[in-house]
Amino acid sequence: MANLNHPSDLRYSKTHEWVRVKGDQATVGISDYAQDELGDVVSLELPWEDAGKREMQAGRHFGDIDSVKATSELFAPVSGQLVQVNEDLRDAPETVNTDPYGGGWMMIIQLSKPSEVDQLMTSDQYEEFLRTQGH
Amino acid sequence: MTTPQCDPNAMTTPPLKRTPLFAEHQRLGGRMVEFGGWEMPVQYSGIVDEHRAVRTAAGLFDVSHMGEFAVEGPGALAFLQSLVPNNVAKLAENQALYSQICNAQGGTIDDLLIYHLGPDRYMVVVNAGTMEGDWAWFSQHAAGKDDLTLVNRSAETALIALQGPRALAILSTLTDTPLGDIGYYHCAPGTVAGVGCIISRTGYTGEDGFELYHPAAQAPALWRALLEAGTPHGLLPAGLGARDTLRLEAGFCLYGHELTEAITPLEADLGWSVKLKKGTDFIGRAALAQQKAEGLPRVRVGLAVRDRAVARAESAIWHGEERVGALTSGTMSISLGYPIGMGYVPPALAAPGTLLAVEVRGKRVPAEVVAMPFYHRPDNIS
Repeated sequence: MANLNHPSDLRYSKTHEWVRVKGDQATVGISDYAQDELGDVVSLELPWEDAGKREMQAGRHFGDIDSVKATSELFAPVSGQLVQVNEDLRDAPETVNTDPYGGGWMMIIQLSKPSEVDQLMTSDQYEEFLRTQGH
Repeated sequence: MTTPQCDPNAMTTPPLKRTPLFAEHQRLGGRMVEFGGWEMPVQYSGIVDEHRAVRTAAGLFDVSHMGEFAVEGPGALAFLQSLVPNNVAKLAENQALYSQICNAQGGTIDDLLIYHLGPDRYMVVVNAGTMEGDWAWFSQHAAGKDDLTLVNRSAETALIALQGPRALAILSTLTDTPLGDIGYYHCAPGTVAGVGCIISRTGYTGEDGFELYHPAAQAPALWRALLEAGTPHGLLPAGLGARDTLRLEAGFCLYGHELTEAITPLEADLGWSVKLKKGTDFIGRAALAQQKAEGLPRVRVGLAVRDRAVARAESAIWHGEERVGALTSGTMSISLGYPIGMGYVPPALAAPGTLLAVEVRGKRVPAEVVAMPFYHRPDNIS
């Protein structure tokens, strides 16, 4: 993971999602490590139709990501109302590989339990976590 | 996100075998995974890039994990004829043949290539994960026969595949052998970059290309020479990931998926390679003849998934409210841009155009039976 990038202004889950908090909203995506591990992303199943009408729960399944070689499940790192889903990923799922922290964002959540963010790892903690997990 | 690549049992399994090119894969940043008991590169730069390189320029594959058996002597032909359904007697020298070995029930023990290298000299090429069992099968049936010798040359033989529309141009810079004279499924002895090879015009990608059998000790030198000669043509080293997406688009079976000991070559739509009337008996012949007479219970088909969701091996296949089979392979077709798969369904549902559904994560998505190969290279629409 020598060349992987895990920005210090984000928080990370053990299931490799990241969170960027702005005010009381959190943007969610998957880490550089995760996209590298998956390889070329070819399809995403996100809660496309659920913005404004679904409560996300921390730790719960919210979508699936297909790379050429495997399918993986996605887990919400924080709880709250689903505000927006990144529609651009329907037609350009490869953005998750090329820009995991920018255009590869997946959803925005209105935080209902902001303290959950403090439970997530800092970038230093996440990289240490990756090392100790043998990644 | 779940990371299916992490294998918690990795510490308890026996040590993985490595090909003579292991250090080359590491040098190139190959991501190594377990395959059939071997530690092999699944990708270098990325499966999509490698796949496209093979379709538009060339790719270089290490397939040294495959097994090679030498079968020689006056009894070699009769021995091979007794083991495989295809007709080895039809092989000219320097010609290759696709076949299988079957059990008495007609189930497929492995699929393989047979090369006729010279008078009474044959080479059998088998899959890596099945090599040990195949060797036991060959040895058992050769026991007591003093008119042939059987030698397992798997460890000392390396195999590099050069595949893609630029393969011939690249290889011709490294050899004096007139490559254009080697027809599809033919071979010739030759020297490539100073390394003595069997140059075979075969492959597993649906593209033109060559497979080079050579001594294991010289594999790194040959690999480097091919990389260097190919790079200006757009060649990329390619791993097992691209090998799988390419072979799927080409409609080729992968042993352990489309073929198993419970699946006959007839069911796998390989009837063209089963010669019941070749004039000699072979193991599985009676069972295959009976199955042909009675009709097949199921047959391999290609499916084009009409959805974004990628169906994988073991996904259920539905016809209306009836579960009619399962996928044996499935992936996103990189060349076509939609998911494809192969699986087994009753013959009545096997006609191209038949509308079925495949189950992906509990949801049924439409899938249409289509003729294979899924992908045709532009210069060959046969």
